[in-house]
Amino acid sequence: MSDPNLTTLGHDEAGAGGVTGATDQPGGEARQNSLWSDAWRQLRRNVLFWIGAVLGLLFVAMALLPSVFARGVDPRSCNLSNSNAEPSAEHWFGFDQQGCDYLANVVYGARNSLIIGLLAVVVILVLGVLVGAISGFYGGVTDSILSRIADIFYALPLILGALVVLRSGILGRGVVAVAIALALFGWMTAMRLVRSQVIAIKNSDYVAAARAMGASNTRILVRHIMPNAVAPVLVYATITIGILIAAEATLTFLGVGLQPPAISWGLQINTGQSLLRTAPHAVLFPSLILTLTVMAFVLMGDALRDALDPKQRS
Amino acid sequence: MGRYIARRFLLTIPVLLGASFLIFALVYALPGDPIRALGGDRPLAPAVVAQLTDEFNLNDPLWLQYVKYLGDLLQGDFGTDFRGREVIDTISQRMPVTVQLAVVAIAFEILIGIVAGVLAGIRKNGFFDNVVLVSTTLIVSIPILVLAFIAQFTFGLQLGLFPIAGVNEGWYSFLLPGLVLAAGSLAYVARLTRTSIAENMRADYVRTARAKGLPRRDVIVRHTLRNSLIPVVTFIGADIGTLMGGAIVTETVFNLPGIGRAVFDAVRAQEGAVVVGIVTLLVFVFIFFNLVVDVLYAVLDPRIRYE
Amino acid sequence: MSTASSSVPTSPARGAGTPILEVDDLRVQFRTGSGLVNAVNGVSYTVSEGETLAILGESGSGKSVSAQAIMGILDTPPAEITSGRIVFEGRDLLTLPEEEQRKVRGPGISMIFQDALSALNPVYSVGFQIGEMFRAHRGTSRKEAKQHAVELMERVRIPAAKERVNDYPHQFSGGMRQRVMIAMALALDPRILIADEPTTALDVTVQAQVMDLLKDLQRDTGMGLILITHDLGVVNEVADNVAVMYAGRIVERGTVDEVFGNPAHPYTDGLMRSIPQVEVKGGRLQPIGGQPPNLAAIPSGCPFHPRCPKRRTGAQAAPGRDCVADVPPLRLVVPGRQAACHYSEEVLGV
Repeated sequence: MSDPNLTTLGHDEAGAGGVTGATDQPGGEARQNSLWSDAWRQLRRNVLFWIGAVLGLLFVAMALLPSVFARGVDPRSCNLSNSNAEPSAEHWFGFDQQGCDYLANVVYGARNSLIIGLLAVVVILVLGVLVGAISGFYGGVTDSILSRIADIFYALPLILGALVVLRSGILGRGVVAVAIALALFGWMTAMRLVRSQVIAIKNSDYVAAARAMGASNTRILVRHIMPNAVAPVLVYATITIGILIAAEATLTFLGVGLQPPAISWGLQINTGQSLLRTAPHAVLFPSLILTLTVMAFVLMGDALRDALDPKQRS
Repeated sequence: MGRYIARRFLLTIPVLLGASFLIFALVYALPGDPIRALGGDRPLAPAVVAQLTDEFNLNDPLWLQYVKYLGDLLQGDFGTDFRGREVIDTISQRMPVTVQLAVVAIAFEILIGIVAGVLAGIRKNGFFDNVVLVSTTLIVSIPILVLAFIAQFTFGLQLGLFPIAGVNEGWYSFLLPGLVLAAGSLAYVARLTRTSIAENMRADYVRTARAKGLPRRDVIVRHTLRNSLIPVVTFIGADIGTLMGGAIVTETVFNLPGIGRAVFDAVRAQEGAVVVGIVTLLVFVFIFFNLVVDVLYAVLDPRIRYE
Repeated sequence: MSTASSSVPTSPARGAGTPILEVDDLRVQFRTGSGLVNAVNGVSYTVSEGETLAILGESGSGKSVSAQAIMGILDTPPAEITSGRIVFEGRDLLTLPEEEQRKVRGPGISMIFQDALSALNPVYSVGFQIGEMFRAHRGTSRKEAKQHAVELMERVRIPAAKERVNDYPHQFSGGMRQRVMIAMALALDPRILIADEPTTALDVTVQAQVMDLLKDLQRDTGMGLILITHDLGVVNEVADNVAVMYAGRIVERGTVDEVFGNPAHPYTDGLMRSIPQVEVKGGRLQPIGGQPPNLAAIPSGCPFHPRCPKRRTGAQAAPGRDCVADVPPLRLVVPGRQAACHYSEEVLGV
């Protein structure tokens, strides 16, 4: 692969825009390696990726070591006389209604958001990869049934479905419950992604060759199909973490997610909404941090997609 | 083409049944007693409990309850809530608000999304293209909840341009919530249009159109836009169904008495009949518009029509 | 016949009338992320009434790019026409305003492409797409344009034209689709038709039918035909004159019989040896060694020298005729023959 663009342009069909074809026909390990190293080279030059990565790391650090970011203030040590006080040099984010330091509260909210986002995405990936791989690999009736089940869940909006499940109380109201409720109504896209990848690769010549040499179903799935499905699933998962964090905040805002005394951005926004006129900072700061967190994952996912899709390079 | 539509239609039936049963099961198979919950702190008389239990078939096995419910539904009977109000009345009273909201949102998607996408796609990597790319990334990253408050705070409270709650000013009340509701899809429409246009601009048949000596306007409108907008139009069509179900947050924050708000209230009050009725309706709307899109696709792209 | 500014005399047109199109010192560059690509480097030729000029070359030789430059359909950027003249019926197209150029495409010069399936718009009926020519250039009504389309489809021998006029491109077979393209290109009786690999995507039997059709139509209309191809067989059958291109230059030009019978350039010679010929039985096929040229870094001197078996350099070369250092001009080697090789006479064996 010296320089495909150049020779493509040199050809007569200059306007047609040739596909360089690195991943269309996924080959052996060497090709996989070059896909990832090419992607990394591309990522390193992408400013948006670095913005996303730095923001993402910042919030992971915030979730792990909140006291550092809260400047050592305990989010639960409050003084009602400070109720809704505005931001100051001493207290950057001001105070909430109870007179607690708002910076500390917002910072301590990161942990729940990230745990729910990561947990939900893991469940989604397990469900999606499992169901998608089975569906795509076996095809036929199995595929029809599993695909229809995915359609059924797809017809129910994420927030509405999670709302009903959480309100029903089957799962309880904790961090795990919210994560599972979100995963339950959010696994279908991952499933479809994996399914279509599996079908495409299953029909490729090199899988036929592996089969002809006596490779078992499991071996073909694990050695040949899964490595090729990793790239699109990774892109999807990255963006989805952000979307799930937003969804958690929304559910909590609506009163069916985390409950007080848990510390959560959704609860803070909920409390703050009635103060929009008098103390806008109560909504502003949790919203800002929530948005930056979601943005971190969207930016990383976007950059990753561009880097992993050779067709977009030119 | 008739066979194509018939096949798509048949495929939707199990999905519709499955989704409504799923919600039905979630709502009714639950531990806890909705009738006692209805009484609140004061316990209801046993006779009343027995009568209500009977009325709502709560002693039957779940599947039988569902079959009975379905039978009623097919005759247009959505049932009543625990206070005896017809669910269909709630729906017909709340529906117009949500429809209005969805219409405004779709209008924004078309007006802003497509125009921005076309301008960006025609001059790919130009200044405007980069503006569109950055702003759509930004919009996608802002949760709708946050977006709603940003809109309320800036356009409503600071600038005083729009009402921030209620539906007292007719269509004007729907502009701000409509924009908020549309934002995510709008960004997606812009990006989809951009990609599609940029791709089609390099298509062989566009080169042919230029070689034919067609005026530039015809080359762009007839041979680039027409082809590029097929995926966009179908996305927007499907989005109508999605928006109707996705209006819960918007209707709650902007205090609009629509269907999303109604289902949210019903979920909180554990009004099973209302929840199942509205969700079934929303699923139907979602599936209906997806079916419309499938047909639309076939109309717009002859290659699918003659498959 | 030759123009003053032209560095080389124009080719003799065999059995043809007045020149219609004159391309003079055309140069096209592509600006890419990895530098400048010189796709066309000073190409000159004329096409006369009723003449069929074949432009022969492998991928990357610049044959299609030069045709697209003539049509005015290069994507600019990344392409840029850096110099040259394209004189059609006395007017230099490159100096005309865009609107005037547009009016030439269709009624003046027309073009058909290699892959009719992708070159026709999938969402419009073929009748609509043929009719567009009349509507755009003559303001014909939609209904009348469709009638013209049916007539044209009959003219290119599409069976049941009346019924098929409302069909879409994907409903036709490959050969029929190419006929639709031809009908569209011929709609306004162009003086020049550029056919860019018109039969490459077709089955062998269909290829012959389409080429026959093109020849018949040319005879009827007296248009000039520029046939771009890498297929020596097609050239041999239908062309009067041939221009062989390599690395964006014409390296040899003459009548087909003479060029094919006795090549004056080692590249043409190599091409002849690389295809099976009926007359020479038992001989071995000899592929041309080496790689096609990289257009971003065209070799010094004669661009063909790295692959040339007759290359002379250093002490072996005559003064000013070092294959590695001196660019050979396209020059008259024998009457009616031009070649860009320092040692053409030797290749010819004269």
